[in-house]
Amino acid sequence: MRTIDHRLLIVGGGAAGLRAAIEADKHVDNLGVISKVRTLRSHSVSAQGGIAASLGNTGDNESDSWKKHLEDTIKGGADLVDRDAGEVLTQNAVENVIELEHMGVPFSRTSMGTLDQRPFGGHSLPRALYAADRTGHAIVYSLYGENVKRGTTFYDEFFVLDLLTEGRSVLGLVAYDIKTGEIVIFRAGAVILATGGPSQVYDLTSSGTASTGDGLAIALRNGIPIEDMEFIQFHPTGLKDKGILITEAARGEGGYLKNDRGERFMKRYEPENMELAPRDKVVRGMQREINEGRGINGENYLHLDLTHLSREKIKRKLPTIRELALDFANIDPVEQSIPVQPMAHYCMGGVPTDIEARVQSKEIGVAWENLYAAGEVACVSVHGANRLGTNSLLEAVTFGKRAGRFAAQQASSSDGVEVDEAVVSKYGSRIESLLENEGSVKVSELRDRLKRIMTEKCGVFRSGEDLKEALNQIYQLQEDYDGKLVVEDSSQKFNTELKMALELGNMLDYSEVIVEAALAREESRGAHFRTDYPERNDSDWLQHSLLHRDSTGEIRHQYREVDT
Amino acid sequence: MEIVFEVNRYNPETEEGNFYQEFSFPVDHGELEELTVLESLIKLKEEKDGSLTFRHSCGHGSCGSCAMLINGENRLACKTHLIDLVSENETRIKVSPLPGFPVIKDLVVELESFFDQDEEVKPYLIAENGSETEEERLQTPEELGQIQEATECIMCGACTSACPTYWDNKKYLGPGAFVKAFRWERDSRDEGGEERMDFLDDSRGGVWGCNKVFNCEEACPKDIDTVGIIDLLKREALGF
Ligand SMILES: Cc1cc2nc3c(=O)[nH]c(=O)nc-3n(C[C@H](O)[C@H](O)[C@H](O)COP(=O)(O)OP(=O)(O)OC[C@H]3O[C@@H](n4cnc5c(N)ncnc54)[C@H](O)[C@@H]3O)c2cc1C
Ligand code: FES
Repeated sequence: MRTIDHRLLIVGGGAAGLRAAIEADKHVDNLGVISKVRTLRSHSVSAQGGIAASLGNTGDNESDSWKKHLEDTIKGGADLVDRDAGEVLTQNAVENVIELEHMGVPFSRTSMGTLDQRPFGGHSLPRALYAADRTGHAIVYSLYGENVKRGTTFYDEFFVLDLLTEGRSVLGLVAYDIKTGEIVIFRAGAVILATGGPSQVYDLTSSGTASTGDGLAIALRNGIPIEDMEFIQFHPTGLKDKGILITEAARGEGGYLKNDRGERFMKRYEPENMELAPRDKVVRGMQREINEGRGINGENYLHLDLTHLSREKIKRKLPTIRELALDFANIDPVEQSIPVQPMAHYCMGGVPTDIEARVQSKEIGVAWENLYAAGEVACVSVHGANRLGTNSLLEAVTFGKRAGRFAAQQASSSDGVEVDEAVVSKYGSRIESLLENEGSVKVSELRDRLKRIMTEKCGVFRSGEDLKEALNQIYQLQEDYDGKLVVEDSSQKFNTELKMALELGNMLDYSEVIVEAALAREESRGAHFRTDYPERNDSDWLQHSLLHRDSTGEIRHQYREVDT
Repeated sequence: MEIVFEVNRYNPETEEGNFYQEFSFPVDHGELEELTVLESLIKLKEEKDGSLTFRHSCGHGSCGSCAMLINGENRLACKTHLIDLVSENETRIKVSPLPGFPVIKDLVVELESFFDQDEEVKPYLIAENGSETEEERLQTPEELGQIQEATECIMCGACTSACPTYWDNKKYLGPGAFVKAFRWERDSRDEGGEERMDFLDDSRGGVWGCNKVFNCEEACPKDIDTVGIIDLLKREALGF
């Protein structure tokens, strides 16, 4: 059995994981970053629009402050943001983005040479620092470079299957080396989960194929609850039929949303903020237009119109958008409107952590000693019921940094840790049985059925009836997964179909929680909209949901107050 | 129209060696315009043969996972549309792994050496000054403009894989690493000058190996002027 020892292990090489590694390196000298795709292929490189901080470099008269940023964040999050976490996010934002600049991120500049900032939905002032419309790529490449400088050890194309634990303490993890097909044991004094979001459970999504929420399933498997999973953000402007995002910056720079009649329909729903209202509101406006037959040609999409912006502005500020529209829709936004539709984008919920990024939810007695989580997989609750654009890269670097610092301080040496061989052989045989299954249902077929159910029954609009149906259908899929799945590729090395099967197992596990949480929350708030309970209900529901799987496999619901 | 994909198959666990397998499927005109090579490969994997192996992640040209040799050119599968590859008379599409790198399986290559070469050019900001301040370093849009194009590199490997000098000499750093070197070296905030020049000017691995074949420039999915960048580095090495 191959066993690898590190003082600290970070699972995930996106913005959160890479930022964690840099900080941790200041405190411990033996850390490893594990990623199931090569680090630089992580989903974070696709983030386009920007990262928020109240620098106030470009506001006209009004000066910005972290307090305004905090209030915007809480308001955007429909009051489900924990104030203590929101304070950490906004109060340290300036310092954290300046650090990124110091690490070399090629942020776009004002004519004076300072960091330029642009408006973004839900932010009352221009607060988004950006690198053209490749902000995520720019940040990840600089963070990666900084890690190269510091000599971080990377384990690329290793798929983490589970944690190794003893009580409420983590001993390491079990991973599957995709290139060789071996099971590998990693022992560590502390572990940070930075595995990203679960948007792949939806049909149409802007997230990369690696965003299968593995960390959420790992948490559930270890009896850890996941929090606020009913809050899934749909992004208003996905390129029609393609999982490709047209950044909100396109509207920030002045783009209009129009229906089949050429109307700027947002005037009906959000006359004040129009296209720059928070995402949940824009998405519901769009979905209503579509449902009421005012989609383009009566179909399920609308138009994003940039044609009134100057060619120069589009080329300079939105070059990637132009390239994507040209490449994938054969449309030059300088001359024609872009066909767009809402798609799954971000998960506000995740593994509950405290503001030191430790996996913890004291109120309900969850407290892990040396397990941390940061980035999209975590729910420290800075986004509440609806995240503002540009706040999640900020979250990833802010809490990634904290996770790195606190985990490093907590991490003891992994010397002499005895790993239970039984756990390891359990995973070995699980993989063997997946490879040997003689079933009839293909991985992609089962996955597509799940995506359809989630999109149709647990999407932008939800109802109790639909959600109950979705649950029953998910139980059926779980059964089919256990009994009927077939993996056609039986080879050991670089078996991407086996990887998909492992991911699907994870997706089926926590999808049940997403639906259960959505069914339980009998109100509408932020991204969660119940057609049978269309009003927000603060007297009963100003609380976070925490659902876990108990030892019998049942999902249990618990709730905790919002930190106000 | 019937599209025929000829796909390189190689399974390291058998004695077979590599071979090309044919898959065909019908497409109408709309599909022909819409479908990319990546989407076609996914379709083949899901409908015909689950063991067909290739890398992909973002699906829209930003992560660099899916570079491969498509009808003789290094391209990103996710950004290559079928319509640009076929005509009335030619409906075959041949897909192979990136040349110049060891093949792991089917279309997947080992890029370890490519990333090692990237590390050699110190792909990070080297700067003593300014990092302790609480404010951003200033950089004008013009200064940023100098490196903007080079910052777009997604490290897909298409350029270095297309380079004849690299095929002959695996010590040659290659266009990918040079673009990254330039990106940091010409950043107005960077102070690493000498440190990087040592190996850029090296006779075996450095910029002098470039014979201006221009393969790399044609291969770059981000249209980076790789040869122009290497020229600028050569001039710098000569002290201009
Ligand atoms: C198209 C798009 C545009 C966006 N634009 C913006 C924006 O402009 N501003 C903003 O603030 N936010 C934006 N977001 C959101 C933001 O990009 C993400 O929330 C953020 O990048 C998440 O970073 P992360 O580090 O948590 O995870 P990721 O970048 O998703 O990284 C996850 C990492 O975990 C690894 N991993 C996962 N599972 C396993 C496993 N089982 N074993 C081993 N490794 C594993 C992956 O390989 C990867 O390295 C955007 C999102 C999308 C989809
Ligand atoms: S899949 Fe990301 S570049 Fe092609």
